[in-house]
Amino acid sequence: MSTYAQKKGFGGTIWDYLTTVDHKKIAILYLMAGGLFFLVGGMEAVFIRIQLAVPNNDFVSAGTFNEIITMHGTTMIFLAAMPLLFAFMNAVMPLQIGARDVAFPFLNALGFWLFFFGGVFLNLSWFLGGAPDAGWTSYASLAVHSKGHGVDFYVLGLQISGLGTLIGGINFLATVITMRAPGMTYMRMPLFTWTTFVASAMILFAFPPLTVGLTLMMFDRLFGANFFEVAMGGNTIIWEHLFWVFGHPEVYILILPAFGIFSEIFSTFSRKRLFGYSSMVFATVLIGFLGFMVWAHHMFTTGLGPVANAIFAVATMAIGIPTGIKIFNWLFTMWGGSVKFTTPMYYAFGFIPSFVCGGVTGVMVATAAADYQYHDTYFVVAHFHYVIVGGVVLALLAGTHYWWPKMFGTMLNETLGKITFWLFFIGFHLTFFIQHFLGVWGMPRRVFTYLPGQGFDTSNMVSSIGAGFMSAGVIVLLLNVVITQVKNVKVGNDPWEDGRTLEWAISSPPPYYNFKQLPLVRGLDAYWIEKMEGKKAMTPAEPVGDIHMPNSSFIPFMITLGLFIAAFGALYHADDKSWALPVLIIGLLVTFGSMLVRSVKDDHGYHIHKEELMDEEKGAEA
Amino acid sequence: MTNQPLSSSNPRVDLEYRRKKNAEEMRHQVISFSIMIFLTFIAFAAVAAKGFTAWFIIPFILLLAVVQVIFQLFYFMHMSHEGHEAPSMFLFTGVFMAFVIVLTFMTIIWW
Repeated sequence: MSTYAQKKGFGGTIWDYLTTVDHKKIAILYLMAGGLFFLVGGMEAVFIRIQLAVPNNDFVSAGTFNEIITMHGTTMIFLAAMPLLFAFMNAVMPLQIGARDVAFPFLNALGFWLFFFGGVFLNLSWFLGGAPDAGWTSYASLAVHSKGHGVDFYVLGLQISGLGTLIGGINFLATVITMRAPGMTYMRMPLFTWTTFVASAMILFAFPPLTVGLTLMMFDRLFGANFFEVAMGGNTIIWEHLFWVFGHPEVYILILPAFGIFSEIFSTFSRKRLFGYSSMVFATVLIGFLGFMVWAHHMFTTGLGPVANAIFAVATMAIGIPTGIKIFNWLFTMWGGSVKFTTPMYYAFGFIPSFVCGGVTGVMVATAAADYQYHDTYFVVAHFHYVIVGGVVLALLAGTHYWWPKMFGTMLNETLGKITFWLFFIGFHLTFFIQHFLGVWGMPRRVFTYLPGQGFDTSNMVSSIGAGFMSAGVIVLLLNVVITQVKNVKVGNDPWEDGRTLEWAISSPPPYYNFKQLPLVRGLDAYWIEKMEGKKAMTPAEPVGDIHMPNSSFIPFMITLGLFIAAFGALYHADDKSWALPVLIIGLLVTFGSMLVRSVKDDHGYHIHKEELMDEEKGAEA
Repeated sequence: MTNQPLSSSNPRVDLEYRRKKNAEEMRHQVISFSIMIFLTFIAFAAVAAKGFTAWFIIPFILLLAVVQVIFQLFYFMHMSHEGHEAPSMFLFTGVFMAFVIVLTFMTIIWW
């Protein structure tokens, strides 16, 4: 019996998670942390809708409102959507390619802790003198002159968590390139793995511009530089470009894995091979590539000139083509399939019309001339919530139901799941559909209140009621999670009974080494192929042998803790506090000291011996 | 197999072939190293010599730099070897993205 399978006390479990390098446990950490920030961001959204429910409201002050909208956007994009997607990537992608872990387990843990501490740092701003208030885009002309430390928290917090995301992305790239099981060619990879791969490549290219922008902003705000200070010869537009060179690929980094999740769900519950698999792969790669050519469509009204506007408008509309390919492929996957209406499939059905709405308004705002009308109105707010909530959030909720059994070994209640879906889906359309009209009627975004008698009153109330429905949906989901985990009814390998990909070929949750023997992949939907030939399990590609495993490590936590401390030093250094510089230096010493320990200490991991694996097999049979 | 060290315990490594390969590679590295030194010298000379305008010198030095980067990647970082397709694809994609961004900045922000 392996010592790792022993029962642990509460403290032991905490220590286990603080030091883990296992991709499945890191996935759970991402899910919990991302879920927590999702609730925080959701509460901020509710505050926004309460403030705007009636005209002339004074639920929050104008300044606080700015902080809330800034933190809502920043939290939802960087600290909720991305980590939740990373949770599924970590939990599922290595299993889908038949790997025992990601390529760099230590870096995986480091990436998580960097994201988490960055997020905590950012949110501590609420208690330390005010949150950032320059919008989630933090445009330099606002941000450089923002009073207090809010924007400093934004700059340093995002720098730390962005580092984590970049590390995570590189790790996934290396994993997909080098660790596919025998027979798992690129064109046999499940769509979720493909989208993870392309999204990771986009992270690799998109995050460096953000890092550069944040560094310049940090120098401007904390160390007296003038990169964005027009009066001193700087250029405020450069921030906008740097931000959107990152920011536009970022939205595709979010939506591509969402597409991947839905592709898995459509083919599983239509019990059919995904229609047009190779065109789906092609469309994914093309979206990833074009995603880098369109960033200036966020800046049509800054005065780029007609030629630049036209180029970026046409490039943007071109993205509609591969996206359309995907939509039709999903429809054709269902066509003639034997569709089973499970909770994930509800979300997948709801996703198609919702996302198409967002896509259509996307082409509308991409029309540069028309964008002068839409810009900075609620129309834009409605558009991007339709793609991000109607696409990404629905995918996250669908993925939670779909992969919950694989991550935790229990099945979320289907009835409660469907109640969650209806509440959330109705609430979502109630909240955001009317905002298209508000925008076209002339309500500007980011205003903290409005006067009565402009025709905005009823529509804003409707929108706020919708937010209530969405909140109720999320509460039902939380209840569902609690009920399911308390009942703790364990399920088998393939609880949906229609699993097609490799993750369903092993137990739920998988053993810590994933595959006792690496599976032999004989085609797309590897597990389905074996099932159709009447087999119960994958054909192994290797004899049972010793498995090399990485050791747990506390060093990722320490590296990150050092940066977290150093960030406080850097932040208060601008106030001429005498303790700030020592804190900065101590923090960096902790970080670099931990890196040094990692470098000089040999850590070769350990082996699970063949005999142990055989014993476990006998134990399971007995 | 070409990526395995000479001391590999893999019996299928053809030592004679590996030695020949290594010698050839060493020759390439020495040649490219001397070319790179020479190019650096030319770059210095172009600046030091009288009579060239900045409009010639700057693009010329940049060109020499690009050539050196290519030498570096192919002869010292083994990009010419098999098994480097994925890294080269990512490198070229990155170069292309950077080119597009710099081109945009040059055309619509700074001029």
